[in-house]
Amino acid sequence: MVDKIKRIDGRKANEMRKMYAKVGVIPNADGSAVFAFGETIAIAAVYGPRLLHPQHMQNPATGILRVNYDLFSFSVSDRKKPGPSRRSQEISKMTEHALAPVLDLKEFPNTVLDVQIYILQADAGTRTAGINAASLALAHAGIPMKDLISSVAIGKLDKDLVVDLTKAEEDFEGGEGPTDFPIAKVANSDEYTLLQLDGKISPSLVKEVLDLAEESCEEIYEVQKKALKEVVN
Amino acid sequence: MIKTNGAHEAQSQNADTAEDSSVSKKRKIVIPGEIIVSGEDFLPSDGAKRIGNDIVASKFGLAEEAGRVIKVISITGAFIPRRNNVVIGRVTNITMNGWVLDIDSAQSGFLPIDASPHFINKNEMDQFLCIGDVIVAKIWSINQRGVDLSLDGNGLGKLEQGFLFRVSPNRVPRVIGREGSMINLIKEKTNCDITVGQNGWIWICGSTMDDEIKARKAVEFVTDKVYVEGLTEKMETWFQENQ
Amino acid sequence: MSTMDPASITIETFRKIFEAGKRFDGRKLLDFRELYIDYTVSKNAEGSARVKLGKTEVVVGVKLTIDKPYPDSMEKGNLMVSGDFLPLASPRIEHGPPKFTAIEMPRLVDRAVRESGMIDLKKLVITPGEKVWTVIIDIYPINDDGNLIDAATIGAVVALKNAYVPGIKENGTVDYKHRTKNKIPLSSETYPLSFSFYKMGNAILLDPTREEEELCDVRISLAVSKWNKQYMINSCQKTGDATLSKEEIERVSELLPKKYDELNEKLKSFL
Repeated sequence: MVDKIKRIDGRKANEMRKMYAKVGVIPNADGSAVFAFGETIAIAAVYGPRLLHPQHMQNPATGILRVNYDLFSFSVSDRKKPGPSRRSQEISKMTEHALAPVLDLKEFPNTVLDVQIYILQADAGTRTAGINAASLALAHAGIPMKDLISSVAIGKLDKDLVVDLTKAEEDFEGGEGPTDFPIAKVANSDEYTLLQLDGKISPSLVKEVLDLAEESCEEIYEVQKKALKEVVN
Repeated sequence: MIKTNGAHEAQSQNADTAEDSSVSKKRKIVIPGEIIVSGEDFLPSDGAKRIGNDIVASKFGLAEEAGRVIKVISITGAFIPRRNNVVIGRVTNITMNGWVLDIDSAQSGFLPIDASPHFINKNEMDQFLCIGDVIVAKIWSINQRGVDLSLDGNGLGKLEQGFLFRVSPNRVPRVIGREGSMINLIKEKTNCDITVGQNGWIWICGSTMDDEIKARKAVEFVTDKVYVEGLTEKMETWFQENQ
Repeated sequence: MSTMDPASITIETFRKIFEAGKRFDGRKLLDFRELYIDYTVSKNAEGSARVKLGKTEVVVGVKLTIDKPYPDSMEKGNLMVSGDFLPLASPRIEHGPPKFTAIEMPRLVDRAVRESGMIDLKKLVITPGEKVWTVIIDIYPINDDGNLIDAATIGAVVALKNAYVPGIKENGTVDYKHRTKNKIPLSSETYPLSFSFYKMGNAILLDPTREEEELCDVRISLAVSKWNKQYMINSCQKTGDATLSKEEIERVSELLPKKYDELNEKLKSFL
């Protein structure tokens, strides 16, 4: 099944777009990174742990993770008006929930850990690129973490499962139409931190989806690891 | 000008992480969740923890194996205050009991009124320190309210003249050097007083502007380098080339 | 990076150093840092650019949309410049209502581009009185190490020069997938460059780092372009709660032609 499908850009069903990752791209930030899947480029900056204002929002038991995700106006064909949209607010929250499980902020009470994610250029998979960039930026900032988080969108084109859809593939109309299944997981364990779905998929395919996700995330993890280890060069 | 030698002695415990010379210490870059070594003999320290048979990195940094003790030293990221750190802070507020300071970390620093070298009463507090003044202080306690500071110790106190600038806090050990060797070299060659705070803030005071500019350039020469091997020799060469 | 305000002793020492004509990075007071420009920002923009001045980094994108013309300029296309200081770029920036400097920056870039006449707005008309192109410039700082205004202006100019007009579908809407071969109609003669002079004590600086910028209490930003070989100031704004003397204003104005040529030389190698 996996070998037969012909994708628009010639990729195999289980082949991701070319990835790019680099850390330390924003000198002012405590941690920062760029991560790209093909033409989708995300940049992330981490500031903190730092004092949280206003004071009444502080938590004396632990630091708070705060994620802000958004698109640059010109990252998409139809210009997006500046300022958070409902979509970006939802993705910000989903990203926060995707990253939180590997963080333990109890040793930083009353503080906030600010994660800023922006999409410079969008070609689908923006939230997954954003999570990969944010995970790198958090590590780069020296934040205590159990593991990295790796994220990818599994998809379905008509009846075929594929990995890392482009926008053109997301717009695909044939047969059962496109299905988009973004996931994120703790890199070296079977724990999933992001699960979303849009489309039509049989429950019996879920296992295969997760198998594909695991395989893809292994590759993504290698790219993330390399970017961090290269920071000394 | 105040004497600054004392401020470095507190740092010598960290200085031997600066130069990569000791053969008994193996080091490598590790990422969170990565297995550093396996085996029951090893003991995890800062930045590392034991999971079953493995010692695993809890954060990104340089893993160091000294005998059986494994720790991970941060090479990036914000300053996390620790007890006994010597820091440079700026007064941001005066309260009834003391001075509130920005020490460039998540929590504010606090210096109690009785830290003043001469007796002053609550109405005279700005005779010792005003908003905008800076001090070198030691952290003696960290708690919910903030970071408590003390001026008890050699080289601590108010900083007069000169200027402050910031480097990344995890570069501080190499700026100081093994037992202060690097910072002493820079002080000698530029004829400046220099104090290095663990929070990345550095104070320089020289008798001429050009000396002060050169001293800062020298510090930045050290912090910009990626590898630490032979850094002292490289610094000496730099001074020769930049008379 | 840090949010610690400057210490009193630092302010005093820097003032003396500036007044002696020196800076910590070895530059002269009126020197710009190293300039770098590339165009790899976003293929979904009609034009885009990344500008670095030293460690300051700004990205700018240009998008075109079809709209009605403004009532007071029915025979012209529209121009809109938007931008914000994102918390991405500096620990000094927090979420919440924009600080004044964040509101001011895109407005300064707008006036520079508009008043210089760089874009031939008349040529952006599709159907007179009904449909025109709107050129929208979006500015995003990525790393704030001072002098965002001048960096952003360079970014806007370069992104405009690199921008193509989209196609128009049969039903009259924009076809972003098929760009025309036409670039945005620009004046072949000129483009504006911005010079923000920052004052500290008696010293006046150009292109400050963030550390230097935080010590200055007043600045004057001037946008300059060249028309028929003549230098023209297209816009000017003094910001900050200190004063500028008559002599200082005259002095910086006289510097403009030379500074324009110097910066333009650096810019040309990237065009």
